[in-house]
Amino acid sequence: MRASVYASRYWQLYALLALPLVYFIVFKYGPMYGIQIAFKDFNLFQGITGSEWIGLEAFREVFRNQEFYQTLRNTLMLNFLDLLVSFPAPLVLAIMLYELKSSWFRKLSQTILYVPHFISWVIIGGIVYQVFGTQSGMINNVLAGLGFEAVPFLTEKNKWLITYLLTGVWQSAGWGTILYLAALTGINRELFEAAEVDGAGRFKRIWHITLPGLKTTIATLLIINLGHIITIGFERPYVIGNLAVRDYSDVLSTFVYRVGLESGQYTLATVVGLFQAVVGLVFVLGANFLSKKLTDESVL
Amino acid sequence: MSERTANRIFDTSNVVLIAAAVLLCAAPFLHIIAISLSSSRAIMSGEVTLYPIELTFEAYKRVFTDPSMLQSLGFTVMLTVVTTALCMIATVAAAYPLSKSKLKGRKFLMVVVMITMFFSGGMIPEYILIRNLELLNTMWALVLPGLISPFYLIIMISFLKGIPESLEEAAEIDGSSHFNALFRIVLPLSMPVIATLSLFYAVGRWNGFQDTLMYITKPELYPLQLKLYQIINISQSSELLRMEGAGMYQVLPEGLKAASVIFATVPILLVYPWLQRYFVNGVMIGAVKG
Repeated sequence: MRASVYASRYWQLYALLALPLVYFIVFKYGPMYGIQIAFKDFNLFQGITGSEWIGLEAFREVFRNQEFYQTLRNTLMLNFLDLLVSFPAPLVLAIMLYELKSSWFRKLSQTILYVPHFISWVIIGGIVYQVFGTQSGMINNVLAGLGFEAVPFLTEKNKWLITYLLTGVWQSAGWGTILYLAALTGINRELFEAAEVDGAGRFKRIWHITLPGLKTTIATLLIINLGHIITIGFERPYVIGNLAVRDYSDVLSTFVYRVGLESGQYTLATVVGLFQAVVGLVFVLGANFLSKKLTDESVL
Repeated sequence: MSERTANRIFDTSNVVLIAAAVLLCAAPFLHIIAISLSSSRAIMSGEVTLYPIELTFEAYKRVFTDPSMLQSLGFTVMLTVVTTALCMIATVAAAYPLSKSKLKGRKFLMVVVMITMFFSGGMIPEYILIRNLELLNTMWALVLPGLISPFYLIIMISFLKGIPESLEEAAEIDGSSHFNALFRIVLPLSMPVIATLSLFYAVGRWNGFQDTLMYITKPELYPLQLKLYQIINISQSSELLRMEGAGMYQVLPEGLKAASVIFATVPILLVYPWLQRYFVNGVMIGAVKG
């Protein structure tokens, strides 16, 4: 096709793309330009170009910082434990939902189980304090009614950890079933019928048909989750964490926020953010590569 | 035990367990609703669990007559509507051309988009950018940075690719332009994915908190989540202070906090069941093939 013909035919598509392209350049690549702050003695008033280069000095400072290692450890610890606790929950739930005979009950259950996914972490934080609080939390009220002592779910480190993990299960287990249920609809129903004729019980069918049918999905999701082990959202640890448990709840993202935006050490915080982004990139690409290799399926 | 009874036992316990999970899912909400509708005396004495005791609407009266709460609600509604509309316009504008395999430079543009899914400038450079653009303390700081989610864009693109090209080619032969094809043929067929992504963008904006914390310091521009965080947080620190015996601290009544939580949640709970059947498909498209 000649260029002029192509242009007259396709200019409208490029016109449509103009606005999105400007968006990506300004708001996605713009901050990448700002990464050079990590190598500069950044000062808000001199701006990015006006500030002086300092090389890797800020990196040295970060790698000498004890708090940095603590937040790094916490990030890995919270994510790893979260994976351990939150990963199997949707799988089990999905299999159970799939085995339900009554379709109206399944639909109703799904509708309610998805809801927590749509609730903000701020609100979940509020709910957590009302349910687990030491003074007037629901659980402690019930325990007090039964004559037990109050349990400091939110102010004692290990108990806080459990609260944090369970909150994660509560928020994501229902939503996580969607992918498994989708994979389950792909299983040939005749397999189940054949198994029934052969006299296989329900558990045997789940073990020999349902689970193998989910194998790829499980492997892919597991690998992708491992890829995100160093990236952690800001809101959940920020909202559920508190001063009493900061040794556990301070993670890379809250550290960046605290050091950077609360105490104005922009260079230092940018370095930590860059560290997280680069290591995260390596993990995610590695995970994606692995999942392609092992399962022929790539999420991205 | 016969096969039949074994199956029956399995089915019954399955139903019971699912029902328990559903209840566990709903219980915290029931508790908050119960707190918001109970008298302060009943709340303080710890009698309230899953249903209201000494029913009162006092807390809701206070929430609904608090001008700053209503202002915050109004701002959040406006913000959510504007954000969702602009996000959808931008996402469609990007997705439609990128779904055309004949478009030159398509691969390059896809790479430009995909890179942003794996790597970003991070919190501080983003903050500096918003500051340099003088968007701090404006609603645009909350709208523009998230205009297109690369992930949702890919969902949209794969949906559009599923629309038979012959439909558009027929229109093209009839002399219709790309704009025409987009508005007359493609968009009407895309309503399921548009509904899904609108819900996701809207929920994301409604629930968004981190950016409001970073970019907004003017109380008139506090979205609900930020306002709510402060309402709840005051009492968190007071619980810690009380624990440490630091004495007097202004505590908001628990009922008022609970009512505020409900106040900020109900709008989502109202829209979401209507869109459920769409988004389940949307999530699958997005996750299975990019």
